[in-house]
Amino acid sequence: MAAISLTVNGKTATVEAEPDTPLLWVVREHMKLTGTKFGCGSGLCGACTVHIDGKAMRSCQIAVSKVVGKKVTTIEGLSPTGTHALQKAFIAEQVPQCGYCQSGQIMQAAALLSKTKKPTRQQIVEAMDGNLCRCGTYPRIVRAIQRAAREA
Amino acid sequence: MTLHIKNGSIDTSISRRGFVAGSAGMTFAFTLGGLGRSGEAIGATEPTKFNSFVSIATDNSITIVCPAAEMGQGVYTSLPLILAEELDADWSKVKVEFAPANPKVYGNYHHLFNGAQITAASVAVAGFYMPLRMAGAQARKVLLDAAADKWKVPVAELTTEKSTIIHKKSKKRISYGEVAAFAKVPAEPPKITEAELKKPSQFKLIGRKDIGRSDVPMKVNGSAKYGIDVQVPGMVYASILQSPMEGAKPKEGGVNVPDIMKIKGVGKVIPLPFGVAVIGDSVEATRAGVEALKVNWDTSGAVAAGFDSEKAKADYAAKGKDPNVETKVEYQVGDAKAGLGGAVKTVEAVYWSEYTYHAQMEPMNAVAQVSEDGKSADIWTGTQFGALAAGIVSGILKTTPDKIRVHNQFLGGGFGRRIWPDAAIQATILSNIIKKPVKLILMREEDIAAARPRPMTHHVLKAGLDAKGNLVAWHHKLVSENVDAVASPPRFQATGGKDYIGARGLDQAYYAIPNALAEYARETRGMRVHAWRGIGSGYNKFAAEAFLDEVAAASGKDPLALRLELTKGQPRANAVLKAAAEMSNFKKKRPGHGMGIAFSDYHDTFSAGVAEISLDAKTGKIKVHNFWMAVDPGVVIQPDNVHAQLESSIVYGLSAALIEEFAVKDGAVQATNFDSYPVMRMSEVPEIHTKIVTTNNPPTGMGEIGVMAVAPAIANAVFQLTGKRLRHLPMTAERVKKALA
Repeated sequence: MAAISLTVNGKTATVEAEPDTPLLWVVREHMKLTGTKFGCGSGLCGACTVHIDGKAMRSCQIAVSKVVGKKVTTIEGLSPTGTHALQKAFIAEQVPQCGYCQSGQIMQAAALLSKTKKPTRQQIVEAMDGNLCRCGTYPRIVRAIQRAAREA
Repeated sequence: MTLHIKNGSIDTSISRRGFVAGSAGMTFAFTLGGLGRSGEAIGATEPTKFNSFVSIATDNSITIVCPAAEMGQGVYTSLPLILAEELDADWSKVKVEFAPANPKVYGNYHHLFNGAQITAASVAVAGFYMPLRMAGAQARKVLLDAAADKWKVPVAELTTEKSTIIHKKSKKRISYGEVAAFAKVPAEPPKITEAELKKPSQFKLIGRKDIGRSDVPMKVNGSAKYGIDVQVPGMVYASILQSPMEGAKPKEGGVNVPDIMKIKGVGKVIPLPFGVAVIGDSVEATRAGVEALKVNWDTSGAVAAGFDSEKAKADYAAKGKDPNVETKVEYQVGDAKAGLGGAVKTVEAVYWSEYTYHAQMEPMNAVAQVSEDGKSADIWTGTQFGALAAGIVSGILKTTPDKIRVHNQFLGGGFGRRIWPDAAIQATILSNIIKKPVKLILMREEDIAAARPRPMTHHVLKAGLDAKGNLVAWHHKLVSENVDAVASPPRFQATGGKDYIGARGLDQAYYAIPNALAEYARETRGMRVHAWRGIGSGYNKFAAEAFLDEVAAASGKDPLALRLELTKGQPRANAVLKAAAEMSNFKKKRPGHGMGIAFSDYHDTFSAGVAEISLDAKTGKIKVHNFWMAVDPGVVIQPDNVHAQLESSIVYGLSAALIEEFAVKDGAVQATNFDSYPVMRMSEVPEIHTKIVTTNNPPTGMGEIGVMAVAPAIANAVFQLTGKRLRHLPMTAERVKKALA
């Protein structure tokens, strides 16, 4: 066990964890930021997607020791007021159903839009194909990303 | 099944407590009787409880209890909306709470469940529509009586609007919150007749396109709480390497306990009759522990031991052919055997479907805290059947179900998987052993090992045509494991072995076929077969609707024309078929593409779907370009959510039709994660077009109806394009290639 200092959503915190602990569990169970979800533990579903220095990454595949000194952003920190263009668009398009994968979807989409302001449909699909949604909200996710790109 | 802990080991016996309940009649008394605060004015600080479903506070906030589980289908919004409609509530002031497990108060009186508090079969809206309207109307009546009494005016002169009572003559207005401060809730609920309820034309909330789902805002900012998000003080973590099949248990001394105990953070390794639990102070420790476990399983008590789903197919096929095998009849009109015997032409085919896994995004989990005396417990979990969890857990703790408090959370997908409360049971057993609160999370690999799949099925279909090519005889024989035997043993016994879940959709109630027989023969393989979105209709409608196109071809009829002819006397079925054909421009030829149509009903909702596909002849891969579906669910509570549920169930149906399957070897599921059990991703989803056919019939469910027509519509489209029949789900590239060869 080691004291590990990391910056999540702009705040620096120290957690007691093994250095190889997946960031996912540190965020969820140690820091109680439960918006980031566990789906597969193998980087296959995207439910645990967070930003590390602005890049969308699978937090189940990253040891907590690797993010020391980097900026971690979770769904809770995407926008201080929950009004990121994507969050507004996901509400407008009524995307979530069970909602479990949606934090990961939004974080993945936010990384796409930060790089590609007006993505084509194909660029959206390419960027989002690693994120599973078992409720099949895919058509609405596409519409919401297009709306966010339009309205941002 | 109840698990009793005895001397550290566990024995199993059947408990019917809390399970699908008996035959209580439909009454509205349960919404109020004794549960309102009678004759008592409530102080300004506490909301007034008008009945079990609704409380109003002096700040005008209204709390409505949602009696069903929210797993994505939208009941967290639609059920409160139904109550709010008759209450004439200001919807912006409505808050929602999940009901505790208490079937006497919150049971669903739909005829499928007779008062059991279960969320399944797409009947939450259908079952709660009248009780919730009554509860809303009763609360409104109490408010009106209180205001009339205060103002000394006849109650008939009062009207309501957006949580406000209005006396037009005197221009007086008073808010529900103000009335709640002095209203006395009578011991006997006011009588409301059905005639006093609103007519659909008077609805102000029901049917509104602009009212969104109440849970959406918290599902885009990470604040929605699922079972897996719960933490309680003093809890430890647990993971369980699940037994590879029902009835397998770790051999005495057959677990590498010392190796696991060396892992940092692991506190205990507990062999159990259903797996091996690793307890630790973090998820990562228990996960590492489970991954390092080496277990020698005793499969002597497991029916599934040695079961191989590939090899078993020969037995299934033999049973399908054998006219003397014992069957249960699901549907019968006329005399199918005589009809087939007298037919001028007969058509025959066999169909198959493989096992499928729910793949709900949130792996099974629960937090359980057993009290110090071991006689009560708190359970936090997302469950479709909290009352069953309470019933079974009370059996384990040798107490009564009311001592088990199930705190239902949002479900990260249900699809039938969260009917069986195995995680809640296992977490409670662990908490009872170690005397601490336990948070149990199954890793994805364990969730799959503990799969409760849709069964593998085999179908033999025969049809007879008369001289004019009319369909005069139909025989559908299903061979599979019986789902009710595993998922609902009390009902299975009470009905003498009827498989309601597995046989659903075998009937042909909406087609005018003079002689029809649908029956099923049982296989017993020890798999934990279960309800899976669409239940039996998923595979039975695939076989029946694809076979109907074979009949159409044999009789020289167009598949749409044949269906329209067969549904002539069934206006709702006929209308959705016409709507689907029209919206897809079904008759228009698309070069290089095939078009297929299929119909399905499900618990009084009607659907018809059309698929447009193309095929890569080299790889065998089917590409679905468009999918159209028309649906009639009666009165529409939330139009946008009807479209959303159709989109959702169509994608689920596409995934099952094209990709999803697992094999079983030596009784164990041959898949471990989303790499070996792929489900549909965004890049594979076609354009989806949905349409509501509006009728004023009582509202019915939307959670599953989109699944059924998808697979047969695709198979029928492939036939139109290639002349080849696909008779085996899923229609993977490999199977298509074989069929084309």
